[in-house]
Amino acid sequence: MRDVYIIGAGIHPFGRTEGRSGRDQGVFAVRQALADTGLDWADIECAYGGSSAAGSADIMVNELGLTGLPFINVANGCATGGSALAAARNAVAAGEYDIALAVGFDKHERGAFNAKPKEWGLPGWYGQTGMMLTTQFFALKLQRYMQLHGISRETLGRVAEKSFRNGEKTDHAWRRSPIDLETILHAPVVNDPLTKYMFCSPAEGGVALIVASEKKVRALGADAVKIASIAVRTRPPGSFEVFAPSISVERGGAPTTLASQGAFETAGIGPEDIDVAQLQDTESGAEIMHMAENGFCADGEQEAWLAEGRTEIDGVLPVNTDGGCIACGEPIGASGLRQVYENVVQLCGRGGERQVPNMPKTAYSHVYGAPGLSAVAILER
Amino acid sequence: MSDTLEPIAPGLWTDIAEPQLIGGQRPDGEIVFPMPEGDAAEGLEPVTLSRTGTLWSWTRQDFRPKSPPYEGPEEFEPFLLGYVELPGEVIVETRIVDATLEELKLGMPMELAIVPFDDRRSTFAFRPEKSA
Repeated sequence: MRDVYIIGAGIHPFGRTEGRSGRDQGVFAVRQALADTGLDWADIECAYGGSSAAGSADIMVNELGLTGLPFINVANGCATGGSALAAARNAVAAGEYDIALAVGFDKHERGAFNAKPKEWGLPGWYGQTGMMLTTQFFALKLQRYMQLHGISRETLGRVAEKSFRNGEKTDHAWRRSPIDLETILHAPVVNDPLTKYMFCSPAEGGVALIVASEKKVRALGADAVKIASIAVRTRPPGSFEVFAPSISVERGGAPTTLASQGAFETAGIGPEDIDVAQLQDTESGAEIMHMAENGFCADGEQEAWLAEGRTEIDGVLPVNTDGGCIACGEPIGASGLRQVYENVVQLCGRGGERQVPNMPKTAYSHVYGAPGLSAVAILER
Repeated sequence: MSDTLEPIAPGLWTDIAEPQLIGGQRPDGEIVFPMPEGDAAEGLEPVTLSRTGTLWSWTRQDFRPKSPPYEGPEEFEPFLLGYVELPGEVIVETRIVDATLEELKLGMPMELAIVPFDDRRSTFAFRPEKSA
């Protein structure tokens, strides 16, 4: 397999953009990524992309140009972006193409995601009785974790406080005002123990990444970031996932742990070698649990990590430097690629006010999606 | 009261004085709840589940879920829900009744109850086990 590099990155600001469709936000991001590389749309040899609620990605060719390129639509829940990047990278690594595009965008209705039981292979009563909500799953997973590993509510608040603080420094973020710890902790509860400021909201946005072979990087003289590894994994037996009327008494692993181990193994490095990380933070407890599931700390150590500021931008492992999902909101199709975009920004030293000091060399991104799959990408400079 | 209500779905629990949830057992022994329907039921045997277990996790639903699919009363009252581990069988997601959020503790003994869902239908729930 050949090495693959990211040579261009584009983003449409996240949040709410009246009058611009989700797909148009994706097109905006693609044009920005092309401008970033100096390439034309006609130079893109293949594309992978998706959205959850804003239509098929391949329709973008109507705006970008009818070049006849193969354009594969990707639908992998919240891991759609990570999966699109995995596919684009594989196409170039396999030697079939030299330049590929990964793109994701979305535009969601306001309010919580509203899943229909039938589409998830679940009986109607599960939704009728009010037990089929993603927010409940996050609260239920977190409640048990907090009890078993001594995580306090204050630590949940600290995560959100950091997110809003980082979002203030991020031009693509949606929530750009800091919110203090007391306000976060005393805000209305959504699902105990999580208050409204600890949750991300469905949102809008688009991200595009252009990847290329080493040969092409040299020919173009491009500024490039290497994809050291990328891994997508689904749930193993005994895992605890979204929309589960029952779970096994034989407790098992998690898709995130599998994806993380797979990505580290391929990259030939470990968690201690990572300089900056973007972890799925659908709510602040998810960031905490994902710190452990991705191997960055032991269960329960997060309490000290947050109290000591170790995940701040100037900490030992900066986490969610652009404010993550909590500050940026979650357009499902674009979310995983936003993380990689932010890592490219950080590795290229273009983070401005939110730049991680001492020129980070390695960056990690992790996205988790229903009904239980994760994608991890490790970048190296 | 629940005697006059119809179950929210057929086949979730046995219709007797001391009802039990009905799960499905796979050939490898693994139990799932509810018992799957149609092709997904292939190879699974219906099995009645323990009426008692321990609290595995919990939360409170503080906003009215969107309708559809939610069919609860228009006038919304926050409700408790969680997972109860039926030892050696399966961990089921369930409503929790006759308790407050503050009373819930990891591992506390719970027992099955059939409770009204609306003025027409009943559903299953677990409540803290009354000490004998």
